[in-house]
Amino acid sequence: MEIPKSFLGYKRENGRAGTRNHVIILPVDDISNACAEAVANNIKGTIALPHSYGRLQFGADLELHFRTMIGTGKNPNVAAVIVIGIEPKWTKRIVDAIAKTGKPVEGFSIEGVGDIDTIAKVSKKAQEFSMWASEKQREECPMSDLWISVKCGESDTTSGLASNPTVGNLMEKLEPFGVHLCFGETSELTGAETVCAKRGKTPEAQEKFMKTWNEYNDFILKEATNDLSESQPTAGNIAGGLTTIEEKAFGNFQKIGNLKFIDVLEPAEEPSKGKGLYFMDTSSAAAECVTLQAAGGFNIHLFPTGQGNIIGNPIEPVIKLTANPLTAKTMSEHIDVDVSKILSRQMNLDQAGDELIKATIKVANGRLTCAEALGHKEFVMTKLYRSA
Amino acid sequence: MAGTDIIIHDKKDNVGVVVIEKITPNQDCNCWIMENDDSTKIQSKNEIPLGHKIAMEDLKEGDTIIKYGHDIGKVVKAIKKGEHVHVHNVKTKKW
Repeated sequence: MEIPKSFLGYKRENGRAGTRNHVIILPVDDISNACAEAVANNIKGTIALPHSYGRLQFGADLELHFRTMIGTGKNPNVAAVIVIGIEPKWTKRIVDAIAKTGKPVEGFSIEGVGDIDTIAKVSKKAQEFSMWASEKQREECPMSDLWISVKCGESDTTSGLASNPTVGNLMEKLEPFGVHLCFGETSELTGAETVCAKRGKTPEAQEKFMKTWNEYNDFILKEATNDLSESQPTAGNIAGGLTTIEEKAFGNFQKIGNLKFIDVLEPAEEPSKGKGLYFMDTSSAAAECVTLQAAGGFNIHLFPTGQGNIIGNPIEPVIKLTANPLTAKTMSEHIDVDVSKILSRQMNLDQAGDELIKATIKVANGRLTCAEALGHKEFVMTKLYRSA
Repeated sequence: MAGTDIIIHDKKDNVGVVVIEKITPNQDCNCWIMENDDSTKIQSKNEIPLGHKIAMEDLKEGDTIIKYGHDIGKVVKAIKKGEHVHVHNVKTKKW
């Protein structure tokens, strides 16, 4: 198949391009959720991103909170942003960082005003942003404007056999076009960590990967009460035939095809070393991982599943594929691309990769994913430790 | 091409994955080895559902399960060729 050279995206002020055109209402903290949701309810064409954190965090955990908030606002799938916090200082820090992209952003704080007057004031600004964003048109953008993140979930052996290698095939075909690519899931590379480390393009990238994985493994060994045999693999994984974390890890690893990664990113960190594949240190919980990748600037997500994970994200469209014929049948409303014919050998990997590329471009051009149509918008912040 | 019951990732693997809805005891199964596009046959001893593994050889306690050409865990209870391989007879080496 000849791979298309372009897609139709929204060009942003900083040169990036979006596959979506969201106006978001971003609460800085848990207690500002009510205001944010009220505004999104008042003003059509906006979405609130409620979450559970943002108070009394400190150190690396607070920095990750800011990085996730700021990165979410900066994501090119977002046209304009309203930030609401209880206090002005943290709100301003987030607004100022997002403003560097050149997109419209405005902050509000609730203290000394109260919810009702804040909601009235914010609604006026949100209406202005929503109507402004609605005028934006899709334009032709080069493939290199696609930033593709990947993560698999509710995996089973069909993931490692077929759906993950399909993603790997897409990566191999699209990397030459200069796309940015990202995989994560530090915990789910356990057992394949040394093989994965060798995929680092430079000795520095390899060392950074092993350091990241070792830190994670030390943490597990310190906190685990017995072992992770009931969480990794999960009950769903085991029902699907996966026996050990090592088996899951080697299946997981098929998603990057034969590619090498340039650098290891902190959770929610934006890549800065140019086009190509990056590894991001993330949890393997689906919503946490995709939220971090979206905050890192990725604008379209590929999600292979075995037993049928149903996750979506509010700003980054999540395309689901499965190679499990039972899942494709029983959960068809969640599956964008069915590659189960690989198992019966009526489809090969090359054909499956092409199908996935076609679906990716359709979604980049604006076709809703199953998760979007079903209203999935899981926005889940990663928290490193308890607050002060 | 049609009629593949079991797929084996790598020729070094000592397990294969069932890719039809299930295989029944004493079923003669067609296996396809992805890595070198080779094929082989095996007779099953148990009912094994889609996605679950079958032992391609006799395995004793302490042996290593090889899949994708890599170590994916250890045998904790002896397994006969053609038997179901899963959490009842294999465990991780990691934790």
